[in-house]
Amino acid sequence: MRRYHAAVWDEPLVMEMGRPGRRGIVFDEVEPEVRDAVGDPAELVPAGLRRTEPPELPELSEPEVLRHYLHLSQETLGMMGISLFGTCTMKYNPRLAWELVARPEVAELHPDQDDETLQGVLELVHGLDLILRALSGMDQFVFQPGGGAHAAYTNAVLTRAYHASRGELAQRDEIVTTIQAHPCNPATAAAAGFKIVTLPLEENGYPSLEALEAAVSERTAALMVGNPDDMGIYNPEIDRWVEVVHDAGGLCFYDHANFNGVMGKLKARDLGFDACMYMLHKTFGAPKAGGGPAVGAYGCTAELARFLPSPVVAREGGGYRLDRDRPDSIGKVREFFGNVPQLVYAYTWSRAMGAAGIDEASDISVLLNNYMEKRLLEIRGVTKSQPHLTAPRLEMTRYSLGQLEEDTGITVVDVQNRMVDFGIDAFWLSHEPWLVPQPFTPEAGEMWSKEDVDEWIDVLAHVVEEAYSDPELVRTAPHNQAIRQLDGRNLDDPSTWATTWRAYKRKRPVPVEGDGDATEDWAKVAT
Amino acid sequence: MKAHPYMPNSTEEQHRELLDAIGAPDVESLFVQIPPEHRLQGELDLPPALTSEPALRRHLLDLLGRNETCERNLSFLGGGIWQHHVPAIVDEIARRSEFLTPVWGTPSSDHGRNQAWFEFASQLGELVGMEFVGLPVYSWGCAEGHAIRMAARLTERSHVLVPRRIGQERLAVIRTYCGAAELPGHIEVELVEHDAVTGGLDLDDLRAKLSSRTAAVLFENPGYLGMFETTAAEIAALARAAGAETIVGVDPISLGIVAPPSEYGADIVVGSVQPLGVHMSCGGGAGGFIATRDEERYAHEYPTLNLSIAETVAGEHGFGIALFHQTSYGLREEGNDWTGNSVYLHAVANAAYMALLGPEGFAEVGRLIVGRSHYAARRLAELDGVRVLFPDGFFKELVVCFDDAGATVADVNAGLREQGIFGGSDLSRDFPELGQSALYCVTEVHTREDIDRLVGVVSDVLA
Repeated sequence: MRRYHAAVWDEPLVMEMGRPGRRGIVFDEVEPEVRDAVGDPAELVPAGLRRTEPPELPELSEPEVLRHYLHLSQETLGMMGISLFGTCTMKYNPRLAWELVARPEVAELHPDQDDETLQGVLELVHGLDLILRALSGMDQFVFQPGGGAHAAYTNAVLTRAYHASRGELAQRDEIVTTIQAHPCNPATAAAAGFKIVTLPLEENGYPSLEALEAAVSERTAALMVGNPDDMGIYNPEIDRWVEVVHDAGGLCFYDHANFNGVMGKLKARDLGFDACMYMLHKTFGAPKAGGGPAVGAYGCTAELARFLPSPVVAREGGGYRLDRDRPDSIGKVREFFGNVPQLVYAYTWSRAMGAAGIDEASDISVLLNNYMEKRLLEIRGVTKSQPHLTAPRLEMTRYSLGQLEEDTGITVVDVQNRMVDFGIDAFWLSHEPWLVPQPFTPEAGEMWSKEDVDEWIDVLAHVVEEAYSDPELVRTAPHNQAIRQLDGRNLDDPSTWATTWRAYKRKRPVPVEGDGDATEDWAKVAT
Repeated sequence: MKAHPYMPNSTEEQHRELLDAIGAPDVESLFVQIPPEHRLQGELDLPPALTSEPALRRHLLDLLGRNETCERNLSFLGGGIWQHHVPAIVDEIARRSEFLTPVWGTPSSDHGRNQAWFEFASQLGELVGMEFVGLPVYSWGCAEGHAIRMAARLTERSHVLVPRRIGQERLAVIRTYCGAAELPGHIEVELVEHDAVTGGLDLDDLRAKLSSRTAAVLFENPGYLGMFETTAAEIAALARAAGAETIVGVDPISLGIVAPPSEYGADIVVGSVQPLGVHMSCGGGAGGFIATRDEERYAHEYPTLNLSIAETVAGEHGFGIALFHQTSYGLREEGNDWTGNSVYLHAVANAAYMALLGPEGFAEVGRLIVGRSHYAARRLAELDGVRVLFPDGFFKELVVCFDDAGATVADVNAGLREQGIFGGSDLSRDFPELGQSALYCVTEVHTREDIDRLVGVVSDVLA
């Protein structure tokens, strides 16, 4: 095993640091001409609205602030080690884009500037739109949604507008999805006002066509589904599904969160879908950044394009403009037209890869996953979901440590906590509900070398051996990290939770005595 | 063929080695799950690859060079994205690979990032005077949409009052989040008029529209057109008396000199995180927050991830997720709205920004902004044909009307642009009652000389 230890700085909270009177930044003096014209600036705030008590913020010098946050960065593993976090396609973020988005040609642009002054951005957005059209077969993309879930929400809102335009919205109040669809699909559809119909998995690893036929009706507004699912299982009847839903009068949305294994291999439109979504922060090289800024690129057919959120980038003559005059548009799901720096990353990545590179990346993703599967299943206590399905999985496989837990009492969360002791970022478990006991779902993608993947597997094998030989070592992990294991017992207790320092100061000190345990909740988040 | 620089296994030899290891004849054999008729027919029609980094860099520089920036030009655009100074170290911190790359990690292995997030929430809580702060949401408008939905769940009511002169971008988001009349859960959005003279909310109209159906009264302080809401406490009292929640939108950079909304009756505070050290990035700087008192009834309605401080087994500070089970990750369609990727990297930049400014920095920048914006108002109002519609009681944005000069905002802005100035956003389409008016934004980046230059060029353009 590689020797590894995280930086430990015992870094105090910034609110505990500093001395009265220190300054981290000073601004200009108010100019005498300004003061002559307006008087004392503090008195320009209406008397009843002036702040009387200064906010209790720390008082620090500039180098202290810099060093504090550099210490915190060093206490963050991120992708400094190996991260095979399933469904998130941990991907290289081209540092060329990183360099460019910091330049004023991106950073110092205002979205309300005259279109003529934004021609570079608009052309780039249009170029990315064309690339995604080519990959999906759709007719128009927008980038306003601030993440994949937000794109799913956009789809639900578009579904509303489509059926409202036909006078059928009151009747069509159901959205059909599957138990393996990301929770954001049912959640956003429900937030948009729809009832949710969730199909269970059957023998083949996906819901049956019969179950779908039974579920659809004149109440069906849309289908929201991913394919392959995050067990790497592809539903070969998906084109029939689309027909069934279309025949019932519903729309079909393809959640392409799991695009890496099929990119360049199939098009959503060819399968009949009306709309789809790509996560530019997962599949197209934009950084994850712990949870955004992100982009859920949403594309649809020409028939639905009039409902897309405004504005859309339109090509006109030799130039580009933001088209805001779109009477049938759903309006907006977020201000402005997208997280432009992330679009620069995605465009950069796509151009660097090209068609052949994208095709090869999906080849490598699937190849590496199958390589991983072979090695992982040789490890004691590791099994895979739906073992009776023998066809090679796509870019992911769902595994279970149920056997390990039965044998040793060690859980997937314990294993996560021990693997980080070797510089291996936590693997992903599974969305709720868990369909196999103690699930975990690694995804190799195309950016990791075979040596990286071998190291990851070697660490898992090592930790599994430890689980059998010295389970206490694993249960009490991590031991080489920035901090020890979190005691999550008080996180759901209103008398102790504290999302701010001022809440903490009011509530503490109190003894830790809750009987709940929210430690595992952390591992169930998959942004 | 050359190996691709982003893909370490991109060599024939590596492909072969992996295939041999799993005993597969070729890569194609791994895709048997996909029926042949589902597969792409023909070639992918993508632009040619630019695998050479110098070539790709040159292409991108050429493309991006067609933008005109607010650095080379003098910009007075605001209204939802604002040009503020971003301290140099904030850029270094927010661009660190450790903060740029995490997916989620564990409470121990991504501890430093979690601490930065907690410091974001803690410092923002000090500015707005609230003890419960969620991790950020996509934007100010999205925060307003979620806050209204929280209020609807809290009160089991379905009507919200919103100022008519709210930004139309934000209003469009609010309308989306409030649903469709044909479906359950719809929230009716009703607009409250403004006092013609002060520009503040018309309290008579508010009283007339406020009822036992009303889930929330939302207002912003300062409002979209820049003015402070001087009757804030009265609005909140009226809402409270009607059993409605008070949602207040704020500009956090104003809060060194402006009272925290908790002091005048806010129940839910929302706003933008962009002024706190995030570049405009053509709108990519947008981000929003939600804050309330630390009371169970509010905490249980948050749609956000909520990071709580806790202890490790060794007694160190650590951070975990409070109230996970009420999110869509825990409950799917039964969760509060939905939770997903947001703008969490902005929270790291915000934390560093607030720590740099401290109480005196916020007071200083607030005085500087409000002083210079009023200076701009005084100087512009001296010009023939130019009126500042609400000449006092605003923060950084002011409404400049060209009706008396017989000029349109479009004409003025075209003239300004020839001189390297981006004039204010045109309000004439969204607020026709204001005539040919523009929303000018003045911040700490605009010096007295910049403002004088603007005034001179406006004068020339109108001449």
